[in-house]
Amino acid sequence: MSNILAIQNLSCGYSKFQLSDINFEVPKGSFAGIIGPNGSGKTTLFRAITGILPLKSGQILLSGKNLKSFSLRQRAQNIAIVSQFIEAGDMSVEDYVLMGRIPYHNRFNFFETNEDFEIARKYMELTDTWRFKDQLMSELSGGEQQLAGIARALTQQPELLLLDEPTSHLDITHQVHILNVLQQLNQETGLSVLMVIHDLNLASEYCDRLILVNQGRIHTQGTPEEVLTFQHIEDVYQTVVVTQNNPLSGKPALFLASGKVLREIQERLANSQKS
Amino acid sequence: MSEMRGKYLRWTICLAGLLTLLMGAVILSLSVGEMNLGFMDIFAILRKGHESMEYTILSQIRLPRVLLGIAVGGALSLSGILLQGVYRNPLVEPYTLGISGGASLGVAFAIVFGLHQLIGSFVLPAAGFGGAFLIIFVVYIISTRSGRVNIQTMLLTGVMVSFIASSSMMLLMAVTSSENLHGIIFWIMGSLDEPDMSLIYITLILSVSALILSYLFVQPLNALRLGEEKAKHLGINTDLAIKLLFLMASLLAGVSVAVAGVIGFVGLIIPHLMRLLFGTDYRILLISSFLSGAIFLVVSDVIARTIISPNELPIGVITGIAGGIAFLIMISHRSIRSINRSR
Repeated sequence: MSNILAIQNLSCGYSKFQLSDINFEVPKGSFAGIIGPNGSGKTTLFRAITGILPLKSGQILLSGKNLKSFSLRQRAQNIAIVSQFIEAGDMSVEDYVLMGRIPYHNRFNFFETNEDFEIARKYMELTDTWRFKDQLMSELSGGEQQLAGIARALTQQPELLLLDEPTSHLDITHQVHILNVLQQLNQETGLSVLMVIHDLNLASEYCDRLILVNQGRIHTQGTPEEVLTFQHIEDVYQTVVVTQNNPLSGKPALFLASGKVLREIQERLANSQKS
Repeated sequence: MSEMRGKYLRWTICLAGLLTLLMGAVILSLSVGEMNLGFMDIFAILRKGHESMEYTILSQIRLPRVLLGIAVGGALSLSGILLQGVYRNPLVEPYTLGISGGASLGVAFAIVFGLHQLIGSFVLPAAGFGGAFLIIFVVYIISTRSGRVNIQTMLLTGVMVSFIASSSMMLLMAVTSSENLHGIIFWIMGSLDEPDMSLIYITLILSVSALILSYLFVQPLNALRLGEEKAKHLGINTDLAIKLLFLMASLLAGVSVAVAGVIGFVGLIIPHLMRLLFGTDYRILLISSFLSGAIFLVVSDVIARTIISPNELPIGVITGIAGGIAFLIMISHRSIRSINRSR
C-alpha cells in the first residue's frame, strides 16, 4: 500500500521545545490519529506538517514527493486543514465554505463558477450545514462551525485531511457526529485523514492507526490495540488507567481511577497482606 | 444557481447606485459656490467653451477641486480598507501608521527652513511625500527585518514612529516664527485647493491605477479574513501579499497627504460604512470604498466652501465632525438591528 504521507527523520521546533527523530507513515485511505499529553509536541508536529513551522532536518513526503517541491497552491489542493477554532466572523456559511475553492483560482478569477457552487453545496449537504448556508459563521455553535470548517476543507477536494482536535470543546453528540462524518468520508471516498486528538477513547474507536507522542518524540505507533496498553499510557501520561475492550466494537477503552479509589485499593491490599 | 446571481446582482445594483451618487456629487460641486450655476446650465457652459467667466470658474476652479476630491477621497478610503484587511483590525487607518505624521514633519521642515520660498511651490507636496515615504520605509524595514512579516510588530512600529514624527513636528513648531507656524497649521488642516493641474492629474491617475492593481490582491485579502495561518493553508503567499499591500496603501496615503494635507477620518469611516453595508467580501469592498470615499470628500468639500461663504472651512474639520456624527448614528443603528435579529 502506498503512503499518502511519510515523515522521515523530522526535527523542528522552537528554542525551548524540539521535536526530534519523528518517523511515521500514513497509508493512503487510512484514518490516523496523533495522541499525547499536553505539551508533548502534537501541535508542533501538526504545524510542521502544515508548513507553518520550518523544518530543521528531515523531510515530509506527500504521495512520495517532497512537500517542499509543491507550491503553496498545490499544497492547498492536496492537503486541507481544519483548525481547532474557526474564526470566520461576519461571513455567511456559504461564503466561508466557498473559500475552499481559492487554491483552484488564479488572480484573475474574480467570480466563482457554477462548478464551485456545486462542489461547495455537495460538501455542505454531506456535513449537514447546507441548512445554515445564509447564516453568519458567528451565529453558529462551536460544533456547527467545526462542521462548516470540515465542509470548507472538503471543498478543497484534498487527498489528505488534517484536523487539529476537531472535537475538543464539543459535547458527545457533536463529537460523535463529526467523527462519524469523517469516518463515512474515509470509508466511502477513501479520503485519508490525520487528526490530532485528545480523547483517547475516541481515538481508539475511530482511528486505524495511532501515533503516541511524548516529550518531542514518538513513543509508540501502531494500531489502537498496540498503542493503547495500560503500560504505554501510564508511562506517558503518569496516570493509572485500566484498559478493557469496548463491548460493541472490541476496541480498547480506558478507564480512570480517582485518587480515593486508588487509596482504598492500596489499603485493601495492605490489609490482606497483614492478615 | 440563483443564489450566486443574487449576490452578484446585488453588487451590481450597489455599484450603479454609488456611481449615480458620485455623478450627483460632481454636479452638485460644479454648480454650487460663490456663483451658483444651474444643473442644466453646466453642460451648456462647457459646450460653449472658453470665453465666458462661467467657463473659467468651472474649468479652472471647480473641476480641479472635484477631480482632486475624487482622487484623494478614493485613495484614502482604499488605503484604509487595504490596511484594515492586512492588519485584521478595524481601527487601523492610513494615519495610524505615521504616514500623516511623516508628511506633516516633511512639510514643517520645508516651511521652517524656508525651502518653499527658495525653490518653488511644488516643494511642499514633495516634502510631504518625502516625509511620508521616509516613515513608510522605516516601518517597513523594522517590521520585515527578520524575513518574516510580523503584523503586530508592524502595527506597533507604525504607531510609535507616528508619535516620534508628530513630536518632532511639535518641536519644529515650538522653535519657529509665528508666520511659519501659521503656514504649517494651514497646511496640516488640509484643503482640496491645489493650483497645479498636473499634480492633480498625477494624483488621479495614481489612485485609479492603485484601485485596479488592488484587485490583483482580492484573493489574499479575502483569505486573510480567516487569519494569516489559515490563509497560508489556502495556498496564499501571505508574507508577499502583506508587504505589497502595505506599500501600496502607504503610498496612496502618502500621495494624498502630500497633495491635500491631512484630511482625517475618510480612511477610517468609509471602509467601516462599506463593511456595514456590504459585508466582508473584498471584491465589492475595494471598489465601493473607493467610490464612497470620493463621494464623501467631494460633498464635504462643497460643505466646507459654502457653509461660511465667502470664507472656507478646512475640509478636515468637515470630514471629522460630519463623518464622526454620521458614524455614531450608524453604529447605534447597527446595534438596534442586530438586537432585532438575534431575537
